[in-house]
Amino acid sequence: MSWAVNWISNIGAATINRITVFGRATLMLIGAIIAKPQPAKLIPLTIKQLYVVGVQSLLIIIVSGLFIGMVMALQGYTILVGYGAEGSLGPMVALSLLRELGPVVTALLFAGRAGSALTAEIGLMKATEQLSSLEMMAVDPLRRVIAPRLWAGIIAMPMLALIFSAVGILGGHLVGVDWLGVDYGSYWSIMQSTVDWNKDVMNGVIKSIVFAFVVTWIATFKGYDSVPTSEGISKATTETVVFSSLAVLGLDFILTALMFGIE
Amino acid sequence: MKSRKVELLVGIFVLLTIGAGLLLALKVANQSMSGVSESYTLYAKFDNIGGLKARSAVKVGGVTIGRVESITLDQDDYTPVVAMTISTQYNAFPETSSVAILTSGLLGEQYIGFQPGFSIDGIENLAEGDYIEDTKSALVLEELIGQFLFGNNDN
Amino acid sequence: MENLIEINNLTFRRSGRLIYDDISINIVKGKTTAIMGPSGIGKTTMLRLMGGQLLPDSGDVKFKGESIPNMSRKRLFEVRRQMSMLFQSGALFTDMTVFDNIAFPLREHTRLSESLIETIVMLKLQAVGLRGAAQLMPAELSGGMARRAALARAIALDPDMIMYDEPFAGQDPISMGVLVKLIKAFNDALQLTSVVVTHDVTEVMSIADYVYILAEKKVIGSGTPEQIRNSQSPLVQQFLEGKADGPVPFHYPADSVQQAFLGAEL
Repeated sequence: MSWAVNWISNIGAATINRITVFGRATLMLIGAIIAKPQPAKLIPLTIKQLYVVGVQSLLIIIVSGLFIGMVMALQGYTILVGYGAEGSLGPMVALSLLRELGPVVTALLFAGRAGSALTAEIGLMKATEQLSSLEMMAVDPLRRVIAPRLWAGIIAMPMLALIFSAVGILGGHLVGVDWLGVDYGSYWSIMQSTVDWNKDVMNGVIKSIVFAFVVTWIATFKGYDSVPTSEGISKATTETVVFSSLAVLGLDFILTALMFGIE
Repeated sequence: MKSRKVELLVGIFVLLTIGAGLLLALKVANQSMSGVSESYTLYAKFDNIGGLKARSAVKVGGVTIGRVESITLDQDDYTPVVAMTISTQYNAFPETSSVAILTSGLLGEQYIGFQPGFSIDGIENLAEGDYIEDTKSALVLEELIGQFLFGNNDN
Repeated sequence: MENLIEINNLTFRRSGRLIYDDISINIVKGKTTAIMGPSGIGKTTMLRLMGGQLLPDSGDVKFKGESIPNMSRKRLFEVRRQMSMLFQSGALFTDMTVFDNIAFPLREHTRLSESLIETIVMLKLQAVGLRGAAQLMPAELSGGMARRAALARAIALDPDMIMYDEPFAGQDPISMGVLVKLIKAFNDALQLTSVVVTHDVTEVMSIADYVYILAEKKVIGSGTPEQIRNSQSPLVQQFLEGKADGPVPFHYPADSVQQAFLGAEL
């Protein structure tokens, strides 16, 4: 009998542990975002973080977007040309990018590029007593360190996703029209008649905002909550990438079902 | 200063985003056709709309002049009613005009082909809210094949 | 003699382990108080308790008669402007220059003009002898210089009290001498109250007005450096002379050797 009791109490302990972690993460979020924002200080700090998480992620986003658009055009063309429907290449590339690949791939790249960096940076600030030192200087590290990073992440990722999709569509054009000879007019005009601003573009942006929030929250919290040793920080960084990738993929399914599932 | 460089690059980032947004809005989602420009609405009843959908194009000789706004079913005679928004740029179509549901290519999407009618005295132009009387339904492939195989007494 | 900080019957546990058992310490205003003890005794913890970063399980910490554990967060932040801490690592912000690091508390808590801030920062840097290093990044400083820069930041807002966390650890004799001189100079010139947590006996004995020695979760000795030197307590003497074994055992608590190596039948 005792193994059963152990097993059940293990489940209980794990559950309590998860809930405590979630509670700490929520407290951090409330402390950073909700409690009395100070725009005069927050805005310049957020702009600086926009540079770090946004501008420095631009290159990887543009290059990935370009190549994914090109690959999709190449793959799509070989399939569509079999049905004589290569004119539909435009909408295929555009819809896949706007609805799915733009938000999801951007979120995954962002988690790897900017999320892990955020976690490591905050973890190291904790390890080198910089967070403690802020507190002793009567400056709230949640507002000073966490809040600008959270905002910057939430703002930057949808921007990156838009750029990703646009570059991808241009990449598709490059391969589809310039290389494989799909008609220029049909690439754009069928795309135009198929893609809907609200349904496709805005839903993609909404997805991206949700992903941005989740990824940045996980990244900042993992750093803030890390064990301040080199081992602890490396674990926190890995967990940021793993957890936020899983969260993005899981949420993507739920959001897609809500947005496009029921018509 | 270092912070000026940061601000400059963040500014470029914002401009890039706006550029991407504009590209998506104008070239990809074609925001300019709906809403912003002036338009008027025409209606047409079809026996069968086939695969026509809201936002399908309305074309005259291949030139898009408007889009399908909505497709509803008439409660009295159970025929589909298609509402089309037509740009006011094209506002002088006579009442004798006809519309047909056509398909671009064998498997392409369906659109409304608008055939402007003849114009003589006593024929007014189509205006907001008018019904186009002369309509041709979508070709349904199965029916077509049926007609071909089993013959049709009318022909 | 007025007490700036009074610690009364403080008990503190961390993850179930008892760190302090019913400790009382007074920090006298305008004096230098040293808290000494072997490594791992939780001396840094004591500073965090004073700064309100940790809360005691029982007992009280009073700053100017006001109970720190019972303060609202807002009041605690106000009180913290009157104290500052020099962290062991220096804890300089690595993404700013030395100048911006020292200007940081001024920019956060005052509305001084940028030119006035520059003057103050340069004065503080002059005091620690690093005026020439204002535009360097923290990574470019040596350990001793980083600690001096951190000290300049700690005095930027002219606090009433500075807490030094192991200021001498890992310093070469010259930087150690510089730091000893600076701590003493600030204490004399600025009427600062200093709390020095350390295990470097000789350095701290030369500057401290009053000394507490912590070991075994208790205060094992206190008094002026003179009284401490003449203490009869074997614990105190072991610490001062650095004997390997004594009342503070060489071995971490474990089963008896016989049991561990020869089995239970003995």
